[in-house]
Formats: sequence, C-alpha cells, structure tokens
Amino acid sequence: MIDLDNITRSVKKAGENITKRIVVCAGTGCVAGGSIKVFESFIIVAKELGISVCVELKGGNIGTLLSKSGCQGFCQKGPLVNILPAEILYINVKVDDVKEILEKSIKNNSLIDRLCYSDNGKVCKGQNEIPFYKKQHRVVIKQCGVMDPENIEEYISIGGYRAAEKACAEMTDKEICDVVLAAGLRGRGGGGFPVGKKWNLARNQTASKKYIICNGDEGDPGAFMDRSVMEGNPHGIIEGLVIAAKATGADEGYVYVRTEYALAVKRMKKAVKDASDIKVLGKNIFGSGHNFTLHVMEGAGAFVCGEEIALIASVEGKRGMPLPKPPFPAQSGLWGKPTTINNVETLATIPMIINYGADVFRETGTVSSHGTKTFALTGHVLNTGLIEVPLGSTLRQIIFDISGGVTDGKGSVKDGNFKAVQIGGPSGGCLTEEHLDLSLDFDSLKKVGAMVGSGGLVVMNKSICMVNIAKFFMQFTQNESCGKCVLCREGIKQMLLMLSDITEGKADEDTISLLEELARAVQIGSLCGLGKTAPNPVLSTLKYFRNEYDAHVKEKRCPAGECKSLINYEITDKCIGCTVCAVKCPAKAISGERRQKHKIAIVKCVKCDICIKSCKFNAIEIV
Amino acid sequence: MDSNYSKFKTVCRILKENSFDKSKLIPILQAVQEEYKYLPKEILVFIALSLNTSPAGVYGVATFFSHFTLKHKGRHIIKICDGIACHVKKSNSLINALKNKLGLKEAEYSTKDVFFTIETVSCLGACGLAPVFLIDEDIYGQMTPDKAVELIDKIME
Repeated sequence: MIDLDNITRSVKKAGENITKRIVVCAGTGCVAGGSIKVFESFIIVAKELGISVCVELKGGNIGTLLSKSGCQGFCQKGPLVNILPAEILYINVKVDDVKEILEKSIKNNSLIDRLCYSDNGKVCKGQNEIPFYKKQHRVVIKQCGVMDPENIEEYISIGGYRAAEKACAEMTDKEICDVVLAAGLRGRGGGGFPVGKKWNLARNQTASKKYIICNGDEGDPGAFMDRSVMEGNPHGIIEGLVIAAKATGADEGYVYVRTEYALAVKRMKKAVKDASDIKVLGKNIFGSGHNFTLHVMEGAGAFVCGEEIALIASVEGKRGMPLPKPPFPAQSGLWGKPTTINNVETLATIPMIINYGADVFRETGTVSSHGTKTFALTGHVLNTGLIEVPLGSTLRQIIFDISGGVTDGKGSVKDGNFKAVQIGGPSGGCLTEEHLDLSLDFDSLKKVGAMVGSGGLVVMNKSICMVNIAKFFMQFTQNESCGKCVLCREGIKQMLLMLSDITEGKADEDTISLLEELARAVQIGSLCGLGKTAPNPVLSTLKYFRNEYDAHVKEKRCPAGECKSLINYEITDKCIGCTVCAVKCPAKAISGERRQKHKIAIVKCVKCDICIKSCKFNAIEIV
Repeated sequence: MDSNYSKFKTVCRILKENSFDKSKLIPILQAVQEEYKYLPKEILVFIALSLNTSPAGVYGVATFFSHFTLKHKGRHIIKICDGIACHVKKSNSLINALKNKLGLKEAEYSTKDVFFTIETVSCLGACGLAPVFLIDEDIYGQMTPDKAVELIDKIME
C-alpha cells in the first residue's frame, strides 16, 4: 500500500541541500512567449557561470532547483520567473536576462528592478506586492505556478492525496456527500447545481457499475480556467475524482479534455499514469477496498459536448447530441449506467473541503454561493490573466483593482473607457457600468440576465459595437448547434442573419422586435443548455444597449465606428504625406504625393485598420 | 496494391490498438487523422466495416466534430483564434492580412501549392495574449497584422 508520509519524507530529504528554487512558468501563455527557451537557457548559463543548478529533486543535489510550473496567471506579462524562497517575481523575462538573474538574484540575493512589475513607478518584488495578485484569494489555483505539475511526488509532499486517503480509508460514501453538501459547493461549470445533491443522486442508485466523468471540454471562447488547472495542477483533479468516485460508488472514470489543449492532454495523461503507478488509482486504493480506474479521452471539437448528455454520447463514440432529461445522467448515463459529471474546477476544489471541512469552505463567498471562483480576465484591461476571487466580489474590484483598469485602442488606461463586460461566454450576457458594483455570484447574476458560466470575463472599451458582439456570439452558437432542435438550428441562424442585416444597415425597426421575439422562442423551445442560453447575449445587449441597435437601424450609423458597412475612412488635414499608410495599405487604396495630403479610394478600401494603426500623426479618422 | 496495403496497414494497427471497439471511434479517427493529416473516404468505409457499423454512422461522427477534416490540408496549418478575447482585439484584421498575403480569396482556405491552410478556430485558450494564432504546433501571441505577415515571410524562406 502507498505510504504518503514516506514519500513526503523522501522528497523533503532530497531537498535538504536545495537552498533556492527558480520556477519558470510553463503555462500556455508563457510558452507562447518563449518560456521554454528561458528554462533551457538557465541550465546552460548556470553551467557556464559555475552555479549549481539541478532540474530534478534527487538525493545529493545541492544548490538551486530549476523547475517548470503551470500557469501563474499573470499571462500578459509572461514569460514569468519566480524565485523562491525570496518570492521574487520577474516578468517579461527573455533569454538575455538569464545571466543577470543567475548572477544577481541567485548568487548575490539582489533584486533586478527592471525585471520587476512596476506599479506606477513603485517596484514590486513579488506576488505579495503586485496589485494583480495581492487583491486575489487564490485557493484552487494556489499550487498552479508553484509546484511542478509533472511531479506527483512533489504534489504529495505538499499535502496532496491526503484528502483522497481520508475519504477512502476513513469516511463512508454518505459522509463524503454530507460534507460536500454542507459546504454548499455549487458546480463551477455553468449552472451552479449543488455538487452534494448531484453526488447523492448517483450514490442512491443501485447499479453494478457506475461512472464518473471530469468535464474538461472547455469550449467557451474567452475562458481558460480549466485549461490552466489541468496544466498546472492535474493531480488535484485526479484527487477530486478519486473522492467523487468513492462518494458515488463509481469504479471507472474519464477525464474528457478538449483536443485543442495539447499541453493539458499531455499533462493529464502523465498524471493519470503516475497516479496509477503508485497505486493512487487502480485496485484497493489506500487499502480501502475501493477500486477506481481512470482514462483520459480527447474531445474532437464540439462546444455542445460541454453538455452532459452530449458529452456522454461522444465518449460512447457517437455524435455529441443531447437527449431530453429525465432520465438524468445520475440515473442513466454512460452506457445506461449512473454517471456523475463534474467540472474540472469543481473537482479541484473537493480535496480542500475534505481536508479542512465544510465550515472553512463556507467562510468565503456569499450566503448562497460559497467559496472562490476563478475567472479568465481578458479583453481591454491592463493586466489580462487568470484570477481567483471569493464569490460575491464585484466587477469593479476585478476590473479596476486587480487588473488595473480599462485600456483604449493603444493600450493605455484612462477613465471613462469602460463600456461593457461579457460574462459567462456564449451562454452569458453583457453587463454595463451600472452593474459594476453587483456581487458576482450564481443568483445575483441570473437576476440581471447573465450567468457565472464557466467564468470568462471579457472587458470591452468604447471601441466595441455591442450589436457586433451579439452577432459574434450568434455566429459561434450557430456553428456549434448540433442541429437537433428546429428552434436552435433554424432560429439561431435567422437571428444571425437579422443581426448581420442590422450591422450592414439593411434592417429596420421591425427587425429588432422580430429578433427579440425569436430570441425568446429559441430560449423556450430548445432542448439543451446550448440553445436555451444562446439568445442571452442578444437579449442582454438589447436590454442594456438598445440605443445602439436603434442607431444602426434608424440612423444607419454605428456609434462605436466598428461595423464596416456603416463607416468610412477619411484622411484629415493632420496628414503630412509621410507615405507610411500608402505603403502599408494591403488594398493599395491610399494614394498621394510625398509631403502632400493623401487620399483614400473608398471603393478599394477593405477597412482593415492598418492605416489608422500605422499613422503616427492620428491623421486618419473613421466617419 | 502495395500502396493500398501500406494504407490499410496503418489503419489496422490503429484499430487493433483500440481493440476494434466501436465506442472508441473518436480516438480511432483522431489517430487516423494524425497519420494521414485528414480522413480519406476509403479509410472511413474501411473503419466502418472493421467495427461492424455503418459507413453513414462513421461519416456522421467524422463530420460532426470540427477537429476532423475530410479534405487534404496544407503543409503548414495556420489556426487563427477568433474567440471573443481575440475578436475584441481585432483578430479580423489578422485574418484579412494573412489572406491578403497568401493571395486567398473569400472562400479559399488553402494556397494553390497547398503549402499553407488558414483556419479560424473558436478559442485556443490563450486569451491573455489575444490576438493569437497557431502555426502548426507553435503559438504566437499579441500579434499584429504586420508581425503576422513578417512571420509568414520567414516561413516561406
């Protein structure tokens, strides 16, 4: 039988002579920025400088440990390098900076100011001083960005799999469900259904075989929390699954990962293999007599497979199409057997509840929504990235305190840039300035026509046309509709066509009322969550940005200057004839003599914005 | 005959690895696509017969999921993210710039020499770096049309 304490002791012993640790972020964002090259360069340069750096925690190693981590959250400032125990966080680290870091921060313990985040000129040493981190409450993603996600022993050494051991060896299935129910944990994948209730439903089924599925098919555009957790803390999810399996009586499970998330697939597979090797998964786990085998399955790119029954169909090798409920998956799911489906983040929260109890979990959050929630903060904000805050935090705290404010087209923060925030992806809605102080929890969001959803937060500045955003989401849901229900298949398509007409100036006032009517019909008449929530972006923009719709149909004008059919470009007198725009224009629509005001041929112009971006004199305007 | 044999040999291996299990159709198609870069029609029929299921069923699954393709794709695949975060950061101008650069018309996605294929995908989950795109396996973030065109030039060299 596996002995967690023994592993912990041996990891601690191996690390006895390790005095420092360099953690290079290897989340998707930082990898895109070149963090792997930075990692490799640390090994080479350390050798050149004669600094003892090892990449593995083995007995006899001395000096500094160099390791990779999952997403540290501060994506826009990547590649990130964290130095422990000094807790220094360096941002935008390039290969050229490696030598300086090794010489100054590792050898001499000094800080390199230019690589630190600067908050209005004040140098911030690490996460404790950076506003982006300081104002968060990181619990679920706390370990992402610190530990090595590919090292199971390290996970165990910081207390991992203790909750699984406790649940398997000391608790009954009912006790586990009771704790989760008492904690009031609600599903983090969208609807916010109480997890304890779901587990109890499955637990009470009498069947010879039960399944559990982790839904890692995060298809929401603008959301990447599940990805970050799978990449940064895969063992946390497996531990949650082991507990869930014990609680519901399942002996087989699947982790369904989106195929686009190559790194998450790789790390989940490795984690499952490692956990099976040390017998955290398999037969007679922790000597409790409980068996549980886990498979990793890659999705194949269908948003609708986020829906439980559609997901089950695709695991069975069929097209991912939903069916009417009941029966619920808890009664009859995968191959007709009781099946529990939980989201990645939900499962990653479970070990904490088992370890510390329901009361500790209930300390954060609101009366009806307990705990914390991760959000993917993107769009026009100063600092984009992955954040975790207690449920009940306000949009104002998130947008202005944590992420540093709303940016304009050139990336600088000014007051009054904020226009709207889209929350919860295609199933959610758009909120405005009046909602900035609204408490973000499952119930209050539902009241204003939005939802927590998977937790995507897209902040938009004044340059964004809300009709266009509604159209964008309709385009997405139209592509992703499985086509089973007429209202979803045809209705969404017609809604998209109406929205296209509005943005192209071909619609009248009747179009808007027809659009609204159809949106309500699709909401009522669709079978699954995709169709039922697809009209949300349209209805919420109609509610809060009606004047923009009106401007499009009545005045044939796009107030944000975004809808291509309703705008034109013009070169003003500020033009000094530098020819940059004419050279850059891909359509060759700009002409003019050097040092003379240029002209745009409207017929040729493809309205690509390249001229506006390339003009140093702000001489091109949208009219 | 020889080329046919090698064609089916790979599929047979994949089918065997998945123990001819009907429920593993999606992993099977994924592995096949990995090998051939697309799903050839005769292979789909072969899979259906081997799994004792209908070709229509296999075709149905292959066309339902966006990851699968029945057309041959270019040597380099450029996946431009058009998720909401990239969209508000003007991923459209990236698409236009790249299509212009590669001389692709409205509905064309592959260059004539099938060297490049452009696809838009719904979200790559690297929203913090929007707008992003993927060339083969490498992800490029905080892109501008200029930088994108430069990158293509480099690959063409």
